[in-house]
Amino acid sequence: MLILKPQKIKSSEITSESIYQQRRSFMKAALGVTSAVASSSVLALTNYELEDEKRYPGPKWLQQKTQDSVKHPSFQAKDKLTPYGDVTTYNNFYEFGTSKDAPAKRAQKFVTDPWMVEVSGAVAKPGNYHLEDFIKPHTLEERICRLRCVEGWSMVIPWMGVSLADVIKHFEPTSKAKYIEFTTLHDPKQMPEQNATFGTLDWPYVEGLRLDEAMNPLAFLATGLYGQGLPPQNGAPLRLVVPWKYGFKNIKSIVKIRFTETMPRNTWYETNPREYGFYANVNPAVDHPRWSQATERRLPSGLFSPNRIETLPFNGYAEEVAHLYKGMDLAKWY
Amino acid sequence: MVLTQKIKQRVLWWLIFSSALIPVIILTVGAVQQNLGADPAKVIVLELGVWALNFLWVSLAITPIRKLFGWKSLAKYRRMMGLYSFFYLTLHILAFTTFIVGWQISILVTEITERPYAIVGFIAFLLLLPLAITSTKAMQKRLKKNWLSLHKLVYAVSLLALLHIVWQIRSDYSEALVYGLILSWLLGYRYYKKLAANRARDFKKNVATHN
Repeated sequence: MLILKPQKIKSSEITSESIYQQRRSFMKAALGVTSAVASSSVLALTNYELEDEKRYPGPKWLQQKTQDSVKHPSFQAKDKLTPYGDVTTYNNFYEFGTSKDAPAKRAQKFVTDPWMVEVSGAVAKPGNYHLEDFIKPHTLEERICRLRCVEGWSMVIPWMGVSLADVIKHFEPTSKAKYIEFTTLHDPKQMPEQNATFGTLDWPYVEGLRLDEAMNPLAFLATGLYGQGLPPQNGAPLRLVVPWKYGFKNIKSIVKIRFTETMPRNTWYETNPREYGFYANVNPAVDHPRWSQATERRLPSGLFSPNRIETLPFNGYAEEVAHLYKGMDLAKWY
Repeated sequence: MVLTQKIKQRVLWWLIFSSALIPVIILTVGAVQQNLGADPAKVIVLELGVWALNFLWVSLAITPIRKLFGWKSLAKYRRMMGLYSFFYLTLHILAFTTFIVGWQISILVTEITERPYAIVGFIAFLLLLPLAITSTKAMQKRLKKNWLSLHKLVYAVSLLALLHIVWQIRSDYSEALVYGLILSWLLGYRYYKKLAANRARDFKKNVATHN
């Protein structure tokens, strides 16, 4: 059923990418002088045009690191950013409900700090890590990435986080590590949909990558977006960002990372192997059985001028990742 | 006394007629005020489809409810509910073509020729179209007995509509299950009644021949 929400800001009123970037550099300069105001500046940073949007400063230990993020030199998509309000209210996070607005409504009390990540499998340094310890050795990067959902819509999001390869190196994978498997938290008390009677997904949610895919510089672990912490509906506190793959590969709220010799079974593949593969690389030439993948609607999409654009192979990241799939039949390995 | 009864009936008719427009009014207001979320196109298309389905199910429920509870006055709403289903279905398709496809004919053709759920949805629309055209009293008189046979197409339309939502399930099938259970009762009731009527007729025939 339709539920009316308070009036939303027009996209024309939302700060453009360039101004967003200028303000970030301005804030960084200001913080260099008075780091004492850091926590309040987390709010000030996103104070532009988002007055009536809910903000997520993130855990205390992360706030300063987020402010100190550096722009990654190459991963800065030139596309127009999807407004913050859309990024944080239009989500596929089935643990909180299957409608797009359910996660933003039902995930607000989700506890994401403190957070433990269990690292296991073919690594020299397995163990239970505090997310804080896990993130601490790294300088956070800021990247602007396209996100293409298998359902045919897409967004452009400024993420804060760490390169997945840098994190993996810390655990020292052994020669047996061929794949990496991620698992989302399983906690039906907090994630109501994990109790659903009429769902077909098997919880907890599992995703995987080939190790060489995971080691590609484009693979990223996000701990924030839009210059602040990660909202729970976007997968707080730790979420995978693999922009050359369909959205469902971007597993949220990760609690386990396992290094394996065999290909992990990802949740959507298990549910419907004919429709969802392990690789799930964005590919306009290979249609999903129930809808075309040739084009996408970039959100926000106007009613009378749908923002329909051509979908690019590997979501426009062919230069970075196409070599990983050399000689593979991508229609077979969809 | 008779007059007030008539007025009451008239008021009720208008009340029901205008209530059926509430969904489209809410959607229009939502679209104008821009509070339908990040993807208003999808919300509008989805909601219009849901209401086309709801009205179709209500139109199919009228006869069984009328018979079970003896509410004779319900009969005159069957046509209205059927036409509202057609109204919302037409808007559903128009909204899809305008807001999602942007009248790019090549995309539209691909959608309604290659996507199974879109194919069955479009066939349902094509089958409902002649029913909407022949829904007037004049047509009913003109077609006589054929009218009834023609309008049995609504059963096929309902099954195609159900298939249309079943084939769009990603993981949660609760909604499709509810529609499916209600429809199986609506169609099952009719089937059962027909079987019972046939049996009664055969029984009478047998009795007649044996005597």
